[in-house]
Amino acid sequence: MKALLLAAAALIAAPAAAETVAITNARLAIGDGSAPIDGGTVVMRDGRIAAAGSGVAVPAGARIVDAQGKWVSPGLVAGFSRLGIIEVDGVSQTNDASAGRSPFNAALDVAPAVNPRTSAITLNRAEGITRAVVAPESAGSIFAGQGAVIDLGADMDAVTKARAFQFVEFGESGAAQSGGSRAAAIATFRNALAEARDYAAGRRHEDALLPRADAAALVPVVNGQMPLLAHVERGSDILQALALKREFTSLKLVLVGATEAWTVADQVKASGVPVIASALADLPASFEMLAATQSNIGRLKNAGVTVGIGMINDDEARQARLIKQYAGNLVALGKIPGAAGLDWGAAFATISSKPAEAIGMGGEFGSLKAGRRADVVIWDGDPLELATSAVAVWIDGVEQPLRTRQDKLRDRYRTAGEGALPKAYER
Amino acid sequence: MFSKKFAIALLAGLATAACTTAESKPRTASSSSSTAPRQMPSKDPFPSTYRAYPGVPTLVTNVTIYDGEGARIDKGQILFADGKVVAIGQSVDAPQGATVIDGSGKWVTPGIIDIHSHLGDYPSPAVQAHSDGNEVTSPVTPQVWAEHSVWPQDPGFSRALTNGGVTTLQILPGSANLFGGRSVVLKNVYARTMQGMKFPGAPYGLKMACGENPKRVYGGRNQAPGTRMGNMAVDRQTWAKAQEYRRKWDKYEKDGGDPPARDLAMETLVGVLKGDILIQNHCYRADEMANVIDMAKEFGYKVSAFHHAVEAYKIADVLKANEICSALWADWWGFKMESYDAITENLPLVHNAGACTIVHSDDANGIQRLNQEAAKALADGRRIGIDIPDEIAWTWLAINPARAMGIADKTGSLKPGKMADVVLWNGNPLSVYTRPEKVWIDGALMYDALDPKRRPVSDFELGQPGEGDVK
Repeated sequence: MKALLLAAAALIAAPAAAETVAITNARLAIGDGSAPIDGGTVVMRDGRIAAAGSGVAVPAGARIVDAQGKWVSPGLVAGFSRLGIIEVDGVSQTNDASAGRSPFNAALDVAPAVNPRTSAITLNRAEGITRAVVAPESAGSIFAGQGAVIDLGADMDAVTKARAFQFVEFGESGAAQSGGSRAAAIATFRNALAEARDYAAGRRHEDALLPRADAAALVPVVNGQMPLLAHVERGSDILQALALKREFTSLKLVLVGATEAWTVADQVKASGVPVIASALADLPASFEMLAATQSNIGRLKNAGVTVGIGMINDDEARQARLIKQYAGNLVALGKIPGAAGLDWGAAFATISSKPAEAIGMGGEFGSLKAGRRADVVIWDGDPLELATSAVAVWIDGVEQPLRTRQDKLRDRYRTAGEGALPKAYER
Repeated sequence: MFSKKFAIALLAGLATAACTTAESKPRTASSSSSTAPRQMPSKDPFPSTYRAYPGVPTLVTNVTIYDGEGARIDKGQILFADGKVVAIGQSVDAPQGATVIDGSGKWVTPGIIDIHSHLGDYPSPAVQAHSDGNEVTSPVTPQVWAEHSVWPQDPGFSRALTNGGVTTLQILPGSANLFGGRSVVLKNVYARTMQGMKFPGAPYGLKMACGENPKRVYGGRNQAPGTRMGNMAVDRQTWAKAQEYRRKWDKYEKDGGDPPARDLAMETLVGVLKGDILIQNHCYRADEMANVIDMAKEFGYKVSAFHHAVEAYKIADVLKANEICSALWADWWGFKMESYDAITENLPLVHNAGACTIVHSDDANGIQRLNQEAAKALADGRRIGIDIPDEIAWTWLAINPARAMGIADKTGSLKPGKMADVVLWNGNPLSVYTRPEKVWIDGALMYDALDPKRRPVSDFELGQPGEGDVK
């Protein structure tokens, strides 16, 4: 009964304020690609990382959390997700990813649809995911709309940055969304950006195809104020996307998916375009993924490309927690002759600093460097290992509740049989 | 349909006739209806032509062994030769000239068995022309056989072998239909034909499905079933027909006369009622599984395994009492309403209740990491105090699926005399940092991470970008 009251109190309590916390005696992964260090300290103050490393002083008055040698890392970043906009994919009323019957596309802004109480937010927070790139899904246009960056905190203020990027489909999907061919997708894209420029200049031609709201939404894209995340898989399609960046020189292009990017790694590197890639896609699942291999990310990294992990068409509404396993698998590849694996630090960076850098927010989160948002996780083991779980999570310096609906179901059915009363009375 | 077995019987009959014409009158079917041979349909019209590839006697030493039935040997040895496991133990006698592999720091397990795969019937690339997993023209299609959809060139077979250590897999029809059709069990060895991959002597399964899929697909066409009660009604009516069909054939078998007209759908169902064909039942919710269990009792058949069964943990005691296995994911959840209550402790909770548990994939990617799925579930169990040893958890990947597929006498563990379906892992196979190093099927080395020539490349991938690459 007492536990019940405490739980109820926790539910209705206002979010705790960011406190000054020092986590000491940590096996510390900074998230910047470096190897973990033992005996490290992380200091959080005013919701930001004040310092992290070995030999860091604990400020007076800080709450000290002794990690007792446990792993401590930045909270993980879902580099491509649909967290917070879908409760159950198959229940359309709870699925705000796409809007096939809307007259708008590029103008759609995913931020107002984000529900911080989505089950997937709670569940992934409990597994150490603290920030997510949230993309709308295209339906009826190559432009899916404007994505957001969110935190996974247990409060009603989830959106870190609204209208953080525009999401566009090229390749097979783009072709299907624009009338039936890749040529149509490229023509649609060129026209849309031209209309955005016209709109910005106060011109509007009589034959304009885009609703004004869509044209307006593309102005920051063509001006380079808003990143453009482009889903593209095939080697030749990647080169076409890079060509568009040469044509629209201000574009802040980010490749998403990019299964065959390793086949054109030098060109990707030369373009300076970062990549949010599928980690373990190794099947020729479509004709635009014939060269799929789990070595894609390793080969891109070796070529000098900034590359993080995203989940593209891969349970992206719910399973961001799997990025830990994905990164661990990239380490395992290192033992296979002919494969391109990652060392531990580089693998961890693909789910922390690299996706943040890819969308231009590496200064805000994704590592424990001073000044970053204080998203911190204590783990009961190597965070990339299958048996490890998060034991404490801070977001913006606020310690988070980790109990999920699934935990409650588990506890109710710890023994299957009914007790003195039906299961419905057990909680 | 003219079966090979029937053809052989006919040839034998002709030979006898040729030798005996002088002595006896030709007999006709009507001359003695109670003693004339019955024209029973062939049970194996598409027989396996699988042949094990040659291997060499192989001894792995200094290796950690999980035997697949729950036993563990540290710094042990395993010998296999002529396609069979010969001996496992702390040390075993090996013949002169056996290939010796130092397994220090490595693990040996039986090859992983995936009881739920759609490789071949939903192959890569996933283009419409390849979509052969659901016969969505009727909710009741027990007459279709997944083996007739299997494309043996699916690149997914190679990934399951090289990244997953999968040596045996059951290919199921999809779950759009209440009765989806027969499954086929394959050895994970590329062949030119499905028959060349077919697991010799494995029983057929029948895929059934509960819940949202059938009622959505057919209800959406304003056709039965449109509800869960409709699902059960169509199921029960179909089983009742199968009982009637069985009576006709039993009578013919007993009394002779004209054989009844064959009904391929009913033949499959009678195979289930006779216990020859195993029910593999897609079902998510606890309450629906309970309904299916009662239906199976009503019509006198047994469910071998519930597949997906995300709510198995709610009725683990019932599943144990009814001796039904649960084939589960580690952590899939929430993609549709009936998967909403999935929890990551499903496997350990059901195991802990004493019921049979299996890790399955239902996915061309997941099949490459079934060992990792087991590891995640195992760890989540331990976190709530269910401390299952690693070697016991390996039964989820080995003997348990073998039992639920009716092949436990042939594979699924490293018991001497069984098929030498063996994986050498380059570390602890329940770690994310481990991959298969070598995979033997029937004692033949079919994958070697250290030898690019022992890496299969399907016809489809020949001449394509990435041909022969490490995947």
